[in-house]
Amino acid sequence: MSNVNPISSEAVDAAVAHALDLIGKAADLAELKASRGAAVGDQSPIAALSAQMGKIAPEFKAEAGKLVGQARATLSAAYATREEELHTAEESAKLAAESVDVTAAPQLRPLGARHPLSLLQDTIADIFVGMGWEIAEGPEVENEWFNFDALNFDADHPARAMQDTFFVEPVESHLVLRTHTSPVQVRSMLERDLPLYVLCPGRVFRTDELDATHTPVFHQVEGLAVDKGLNMADLRGTLEHFAREMFGPEAQIRLRPSFFPFTEPSAELDVWHPGAKGGARWVEWGGCGMVNPNVLKAAGIDPEVYTGFAFGMGIERTLMFRNDVRDMHDMVEADVRFSQQFGVTL
Amino acid sequence: MRIPLSWLGEYTDLPAGATPDDVMAALVKVGLEEEGSHSFGVTGPLVVGEVLEFVEEPQSNGKTIRWCQVRVAGQGQKAADGGDDVRGIVCGASNFVVGDKVVVCLPGAELPGNFKIAARSTYGHISDGMLASGRELGLSDDHDGIIRLALLGLDPKVGTDALELLHLDEVAAEVNVTPDRGYCLSIRGIAREYSHATGAVFNDPIGNVEPQSNEGFDLKIDDKFPIRDRNGVNRFVLRTVRNIDASRPTPPWMVARLKMAGMRSISLVVDITNYVMLEVGQPLHAYDLDKLEGGMVVRRALPKETLKTLDGQTRNLSSEDLVIADASGAIGIAGVMGGASTEVSLETKNVLIESANFDPISVARSARRHKLPSEAAKRFERGVDHSVAKFAAARVVQLLEVHARGESDPVGADYRGYEPNQPIWLPEGFATELVGVEYTKDEISDTLRAIGCVVSHVNGGFEVIAPTWRPDITHKTDLVEEIARITGYDRIPARLPVAPPGRGLTRAQKQKRAVVNALAAAGGIEVLNYPFLSAAQNSWFAANAGAELSRVKLANAMQEDFNEMRTTMLPGLIDAAKRNISRGLTDLNIFEAGSVFLPTADVQPLKSLPTADRRPIAAELAKLEASIPAQPPRLGAIFVGDQIAVGVGQQAQPATYASAIQAARVAAHAVGAQLSVRQTSAAGFHPGRAAQLYIATPTGETIVGIAGELHPELTAANDLPRRVAALELHLDALFAAAPAVVSAGPVYVYPAATQDLSLVVDATVPAAEVQATIVEGAGELLEAIALTDDYRGANVEAGKKSLTFALRFRASDRTLTQAEASESRDAAVTLANQRFGAEIRS
Repeated sequence: MSNVNPISSEAVDAAVAHALDLIGKAADLAELKASRGAAVGDQSPIAALSAQMGKIAPEFKAEAGKLVGQARATLSAAYATREEELHTAEESAKLAAESVDVTAAPQLRPLGARHPLSLLQDTIADIFVGMGWEIAEGPEVENEWFNFDALNFDADHPARAMQDTFFVEPVESHLVLRTHTSPVQVRSMLERDLPLYVLCPGRVFRTDELDATHTPVFHQVEGLAVDKGLNMADLRGTLEHFAREMFGPEAQIRLRPSFFPFTEPSAELDVWHPGAKGGARWVEWGGCGMVNPNVLKAAGIDPEVYTGFAFGMGIERTLMFRNDVRDMHDMVEADVRFSQQFGVTL
Repeated sequence: MRIPLSWLGEYTDLPAGATPDDVMAALVKVGLEEEGSHSFGVTGPLVVGEVLEFVEEPQSNGKTIRWCQVRVAGQGQKAADGGDDVRGIVCGASNFVVGDKVVVCLPGAELPGNFKIAARSTYGHISDGMLASGRELGLSDDHDGIIRLALLGLDPKVGTDALELLHLDEVAAEVNVTPDRGYCLSIRGIAREYSHATGAVFNDPIGNVEPQSNEGFDLKIDDKFPIRDRNGVNRFVLRTVRNIDASRPTPPWMVARLKMAGMRSISLVVDITNYVMLEVGQPLHAYDLDKLEGGMVVRRALPKETLKTLDGQTRNLSSEDLVIADASGAIGIAGVMGGASTEVSLETKNVLIESANFDPISVARSARRHKLPSEAAKRFERGVDHSVAKFAAARVVQLLEVHARGESDPVGADYRGYEPNQPIWLPEGFATELVGVEYTKDEISDTLRAIGCVVSHVNGGFEVIAPTWRPDITHKTDLVEEIARITGYDRIPARLPVAPPGRGLTRAQKQKRAVVNALAAAGGIEVLNYPFLSAAQNSWFAANAGAELSRVKLANAMQEDFNEMRTTMLPGLIDAAKRNISRGLTDLNIFEAGSVFLPTADVQPLKSLPTADRRPIAAELAKLEASIPAQPPRLGAIFVGDQIAVGVGQQAQPATYASAIQAARVAAHAVGAQLSVRQTSAAGFHPGRAAQLYIATPTGETIVGIAGELHPELTAANDLPRRVAALELHLDALFAAAPAVVSAGPVYVYPAATQDLSLVVDATVPAAEVQATIVEGAGELLEAIALTDDYRGANVEAGKKSLTFALRFRASDRTLTQAEASESRDAAVTLANQRFGAEIRS
């Protein structure tokens, strides 16, 4: 046994330097792993020094153990640090290689769309449902009794010819394509309990040739309220609320005297459209009035006890001036580009 | 109704310089909506000229023109355009002679159609103006020659302003008259409304003549068959005028007013009857008295009776037609059109004027029956003031005396068959209750008096007799409308009524919204198609040959070939697809929700309808409902081209039958139902690529529609690509089959075991049945199953297929071992083997 300590601090330093050199030289994780044996593993100088621990004089053991232990800790930390460095670098390189042009993302599924005429009917229905009204529907092929007779259209009165009617064969069957959604009002009065607040959206038919502002098949929304004590102020208040929901808080309405067989007094309804293309202006919107007592009677409602008001407007026309649709053809030709502009909202 | 302003100004105080727009702006306030304005469109200088001389010059084109010297201003004076007093003018007409006074359009004048007059070089001369015809000035259709003022009874000084002379400065406003306001089809009625709108004074034109009740003419009113218990004749006034000169010209002011009112000048006598009709709203007819045989009778037409009307048509009369007859038979359809045999001509010497009031319904039916919507019928249908008949006849007599130089004859008649208007009781507070405006008692009575009512205020209300020209006023609400209208609708306040608590959308309304929103979210585009189809289109998808019997057909379709209501949604969508493809939009996923029309044998046509003066009794309502064909809601969809477009890193994916089935799944899912499919065949569909869609319910199953590919013959016939997928869903069936409440099962959290299973079965065995069998055989441990492959080919026997399923097992209470999963799987295989001879693919 020598009295010289072979595990000198110089020897340990040299082993550490050797190992740090190897660790530092490793360019990637694979190289680092490959050099592990030579740097800190069985084949490393530090391992060789460790192996001598058993052979050295006892008085050197504490000193040597400390030196080797410190060296091992240093190397272990250096290895871990290097491993982390290399791992991070490799991950970064990998992610860099994976980068894409996000602006080139493909359309995985085409985007669908609702037809704006349907959307508008839903929108209007929601406004009235929010006020406690209910939505009523009825058949499109309708008996004349509901479409005309019960609405105070005398069979021989020119008002009946005002609405160019599609008749179902044979004409004696008394079936027509409903010329308005008003027969649904009659059905509502016959079927529902009073008081009654219903909105009737739907498709209607008149023998107009298709052009930029007419179509033989179009949509209406009508409202009907029957209650005790209703008057034209209630009608105006309801229409004003509706107009503001549709066209913004600055919207106003204006009533002009008119004639409909099913209302008395009757009025044409104009709306002040603040968002109109080319500047705010008055736009003809629909018709309205107090339900004619004869209509109430046909539904078995006593006009001395109940009064009602009704209003109606064209959905196509509303869409035209609300959303700046210029041509009726766009609404009826089923061109997908038209609906796609709206998507699922108006 | 077109309103010449100078005419209106005779019966009300029209401000000087009022334009048609001003008049329309006033009238719209009282309910006469504006339609537009009219003018002759002629601007000056237009002057009276005298033809001094002309030379006829034959031209190479075969025409002969006249090179005229025309005096257009007094000798040595400047003409209206600042030019010389005599002008050289080329004229193509040859109906004039030297010395004729004519209408000269000087350079600077403009005629209708932006026709600007200028001195221009033509036929070898400088033509310094134009000699005008009636048509060029918009006065008449006459273009056979130029206007010779002498023939109009005019001999003005040379240089006179011809615009003023011929009243070409007349302008008119046009308003829409609603069907309840027949009296507004007259200047009298409009003047009254103008007065209501503006407060201007109203001078009733019927005050301008002395009415006479003449007698002695042999007149019999004999209506044996009144329609709806209404007398055909309310009033019948006859007057006679003798020794007229019917060939005299109609005065220019009358021609101009008629023209601006939209009527053509025909002859003096006809013009006068039309003029008075426009003035007071009373239709009039003039008979050539010498052509009449014996007295006059008003009766319903006799069986097989015919009449040649003024338009030259021989008409077969109906026993409902009210006719005017003499000894020869019918000579006119009352209120609709006169007969040819007693027509006035330019030679007529003695005329009989009829100023009658006929029942609106009788006239309306005759006008419709004979398709003669004449000006007279239009007024009678809307109701004519019976009190005006005598005045109107007197006005015609007066005008014939002045302009046709005739003499009034005392022979005439005045039959009265009308009932006086009954008083209407208007409770004092009723107008305020119905309109929401606090009207004073004075306001109510003043307003009603202003519109012509007789009003007496008695205990708590008003007794009101409506004026004779307001047959529309029959109820107290009609009076309220008048009060509200005349005092202004802008006085009505706003008050938002509070409805009782509502129930929101109905279940079906919510379900429909859910379905269409889900389809749009899944890439579908909603379209709306007309429901009109041809018989052939409806037959594409008809199950059997007799199906066309049960279709709703239109009696007056817009296009004759498209006269059926759709029984299926698909033809409309096919048309829509064609239209899109023709516009270059070739990848389509379009859908439509709407009604189809399916009359069945249950529909019971209703020959006569209940009256509408009361609620129909239950049996009547049931019959009304039974008369209407079923119109169930459907959803159709069509898929063409690619359902997924080619993109970066993405292959295009063509739409197939699977696209249609997927859309059906989306729709079912939207209402909480789970869709099942089975192979089917149906008209219009590919025989091997169609699926019946159904929902399994606790009580069985509900068929909800069909999905698949269209038959290639159908797509070829419609110029569509060969593969087009289609879906038609019966929404009512789907909605009914959907669960009212979705009940949840437990969600287990122990680890799952997954396995794949490939089974070889006969190629004819539906995958869905194999899958159902696996589910049944594997028992409750099987949590999920998905078909991942259908392989046929190498290593699989011909006529067989290998179906691969991905299985996920899970237990509710423990971690499942692979051994337990395998045991469950093996049980499934055993059952599939028993059912289909299925073998695990080796």
